[in-house]
Amino acid sequence: MSRTAIDYHKVLMTGLAWGIGLMIFFPILWTIMTSFKTEADAIASPPLFLGFDWTLENYSEVQERSNYFRHFWNSVVVSFGSTFLGLLIAIPAAWAMAFVPAKRTKDVLMWMLSTKMLPPVGVLIPIYLLFRDTGLLDTLTGLVLVLTLINLPIIIWMLYTYFKEIPGEILEAARMDGATLWAEIAHVLTPMAVPGIASTLLLNVILAWNEAFWTLNLTAAKAAPLTAFIASYSSPEGLFYAKLSAASTMAIAPILIMGWFSQKQLVRGLTFGAVK
Amino acid sequence: MATDHSRVAARFMISPAVLLLLGWMIVPLSMTLYFSFLDYNLLSPGMEQWIGLMNYEFFLTDPAFFEALFNTFLLVFGVLLITIVGGVGLALLLDQPMWGQGIVRILVIAPFFVMPTVSALVWKNMFMNPVNGLFAHAAKTLGLAPFDFFAQAPLFSIIIIVAWQWLPFATLILLTALQSLDQEQLEAAKMDGAPKLSRFFYIVLPHLSRAITVVILIQTIFLLSIFAEILVTTNGGPGYASTNITYLVYAQSLLQFDVGGGSAGGIVAVVLANIAAIFLMRMIGKNLEA
Amino acid sequence: MKHLVSALAGAIAVSMAAAPVLADKLTIATVNNGDMVRMQKLTDDFTAKHPDIELEWVTLEENVLRQRVTTDVATKGGQYDVMTIGTYEVPIWGKKGWLVSLNDLPASYDVGDILPAIRSGLTVDGNLYAAPFYGESSMVMYRTDLMEKAGLEMPEAPTWDFIGKAARAMTDRENEIYGVCLRGKAGWGENAAFLTATANSFGAKWFDMDWQPQFTGEAWKKTLSYYIDLMNDAGPPGASSNGFNENLALFQSGKCGMWIDATVAASFVTNSNDSAVADKVGFALAPDNGLGKRGNWLWAWSLAIPAGTKQAESAKKFVAWATSKEYLELVASKEGWANVPPGTRASLYANPEYAKVPFAKMTLDSINSADPTKPTVDPVPYVGIQFVAIPEFQGIATAVGQQFSAALAGNITVDQALANAQRITERAMKKARYIK
Repeated sequence: MSRTAIDYHKVLMTGLAWGIGLMIFFPILWTIMTSFKTEADAIASPPLFLGFDWTLENYSEVQERSNYFRHFWNSVVVSFGSTFLGLLIAIPAAWAMAFVPAKRTKDVLMWMLSTKMLPPVGVLIPIYLLFRDTGLLDTLTGLVLVLTLINLPIIIWMLYTYFKEIPGEILEAARMDGATLWAEIAHVLTPMAVPGIASTLLLNVILAWNEAFWTLNLTAAKAAPLTAFIASYSSPEGLFYAKLSAASTMAIAPILIMGWFSQKQLVRGLTFGAVK
Repeated sequence: MATDHSRVAARFMISPAVLLLLGWMIVPLSMTLYFSFLDYNLLSPGMEQWIGLMNYEFFLTDPAFFEALFNTFLLVFGVLLITIVGGVGLALLLDQPMWGQGIVRILVIAPFFVMPTVSALVWKNMFMNPVNGLFAHAAKTLGLAPFDFFAQAPLFSIIIIVAWQWLPFATLILLTALQSLDQEQLEAAKMDGAPKLSRFFYIVLPHLSRAITVVILIQTIFLLSIFAEILVTTNGGPGYASTNITYLVYAQSLLQFDVGGGSAGGIVAVVLANIAAIFLMRMIGKNLEA
Repeated sequence: MKHLVSALAGAIAVSMAAAPVLADKLTIATVNNGDMVRMQKLTDDFTAKHPDIELEWVTLEENVLRQRVTTDVATKGGQYDVMTIGTYEVPIWGKKGWLVSLNDLPASYDVGDILPAIRSGLTVDGNLYAAPFYGESSMVMYRTDLMEKAGLEMPEAPTWDFIGKAARAMTDRENEIYGVCLRGKAGWGENAAFLTATANSFGAKWFDMDWQPQFTGEAWKKTLSYYIDLMNDAGPPGASSNGFNENLALFQSGKCGMWIDATVAASFVTNSNDSAVADKVGFALAPDNGLGKRGNWLWAWSLAIPAGTKQAESAKKFVAWATSKEYLELVASKEGWANVPPGTRASLYANPEYAKVPFAKMTLDSINSADPTKPTVDPVPYVGIQFVAIPEFQGIATAVGQQFSAALAGNITVDQALANAQRITERAMKKARYIK
């Protein structure tokens, strides 16, 4: 193969990949662009790509109508809170399953995953009643709890598959040296497991951030996260494309930026033990 | 290897997770089960009475039920098909040498970060709307009549939206798996003169099979309970053309406020989900054991 | 990462500790309609008069709002102090004792000034259970320029025949002008509301005096066939997913010749900031078929106080402020008379300033011609024009609306849709034990 042929291949692949990548990204790009248009420009025919008057009006309008930062802060607390709580419960469990497997370990794991298949709408009323009686309605505590529980199976499974990759001999060696259980976890296991834990954390923050059923149904004003903020733009009166785009951009930007910055970490642990 | 001591410790470490999930499952589920035998409308509190299996009878004989069952299957299957075929293709493409690979990867994974509600709203209003949507503009430019997505192909449109959201996830996992592929083995096959296609089918695809199973498992869990996308775009219609089981249960319990009927539907959905789960687990179990 | 953990743990603790200690805090659930959003922006006026009351807003899309407040009020969740609900909910909830009576509002509030049609819809057994924020009926909004171009003249009280003729004459698909835009999106508050009101003028009804569903009758067939033929000939593409908001956007961007919908839309389509056709809109009463009933409905978005609230007194102050004469004047002084929430007070329509607004008279006439207690040509056991005021109606009408929507999309025929509607309604009424 000659050098020019390789370059030709690379040019072709670059073109193709960029083409497809931009196509996949286009809806987001279009939303962001529309958010800077006036309502009239947003539905102009033919569509305006760059030749429009950029405006920030939609953002100020959205901010005037709803307190973005409070919703944002609630989203942060709920998604990180539930993820940290989940990790706290999941790390020991996954450790035990990975290194002290019992006969039923796999069944337990599969059963845990199957709890995720519980359709939320079917149990809303019971949960609502429970929350009402325990005073958890419209509280961040309540939301953190629910989201921890619904994402716990995924957290445990991801960690389990990750821990399984860690060779048992290392732990044996540590144990020989007289390390206690906790020391073993803290000093030997954890450093090796950090990439897996980091990507579990990221994935779950994303899942919790985007969860739109419980967060919408169990909150009113105080604990409402960004999903509720978006719900007030879903079908307002009159022309709304530009305002909807501004609200959408505001709702997805934080997680998008976080995702982009941490994509390396995210990818490293996203294997679910699928890579041998 | 495992001593009795560590076994006890292990049990102690698993128990919080198990107990929590058990509670999460049993408490609402038993309440739901109890409600499913009641004539319980949220709008008539205090009038609850035991009606035996009547809620189940109504739910299972509802003509919408079978349509919803079929739609659920189509939705899960359609999205899986698109994301896996597309994901393998994209993973292969992204694995090639190119300029700006990092940026392309960022572009490709972006949809995964978008809230389902937002992506459904954006697709519905700004792309698929037959008057003001971009697709309609494109069709008009080409001299075609705009296609009315949510009336003519409601389920297909929803599949597209959902597939767009999950394609990045599949691509990422498959790409990670692909990068761990033994390059020497590929080179050797190349030397032996194996054509590209057979290299793909005999070496690459088998290597990806575990990753594909993982994608199927995780996505199925989420796809079975697709709800926001339907609520925002079609409300399950026209007719029942885009109603899945989850949406049907929603309609029972939160549109009709028929808690009894909705609970019966919820129990049916749990049973169906578990049947699906058993199938999946069998499959996964086999593939992950190896 | 450790720092992040402790920072977050701290943050959670702080945000949880921030419990209400100060003044009364009212949580108000509203729908994201333009008039409510405007009220939200004008709350400074209220808080200036009542510094001891703090307002928290929960603004949601209509369907989400309804689901949230209904769940909350029925389970006595107590998350809201003021709820925005409509004339469908008020009679049902009022009867169940879920709402606080507003009979003791101060005399200066002048309850007698509220339009009788609206007030009676919000009163149960002599108790006023909600205060109307804005009231609406439905009417025809049409493009005067397109009507002229078609060589027709809109009568003040058109018939369905005329609407059909005009819609077809105005349609110009080449230029994306569609003769008529009507609701097609499934939902009891969307297409089912429009078609139920329309059916009344065709002599159809939901139930006979024994609560037997009536969809297999000739009158419903006429209604639905008329609607679907008209929409196929003169409606916009994608009509089966168009609700009020989608049609409003279409009309504002100049794509509809006529639009039969809520009277409150009149102020949006004549507002030159949002509407490209603001100076070319005319109004007429909703059409009829000469049977004595017009196809117009009656609705009022109203503020009600759930019985579980601990702050009923503060909540009453807020409700009185938001639905007062002074509030109307406040909006008028800031945004002009055309943007005042319409359809609630007789004094507004007696105001010479407001009479200059082009749609004022037609709105009042439409509201006055609606009678929820006698909605149909034949006697029926229910009240409500575009709805049937029973708890089961929302669910049934949404499912029935889906069938109408499917017929409009061309997936099933008119006969199939009506047969399905009949079956759905029969099943639900059996389950709710109205019929055996």
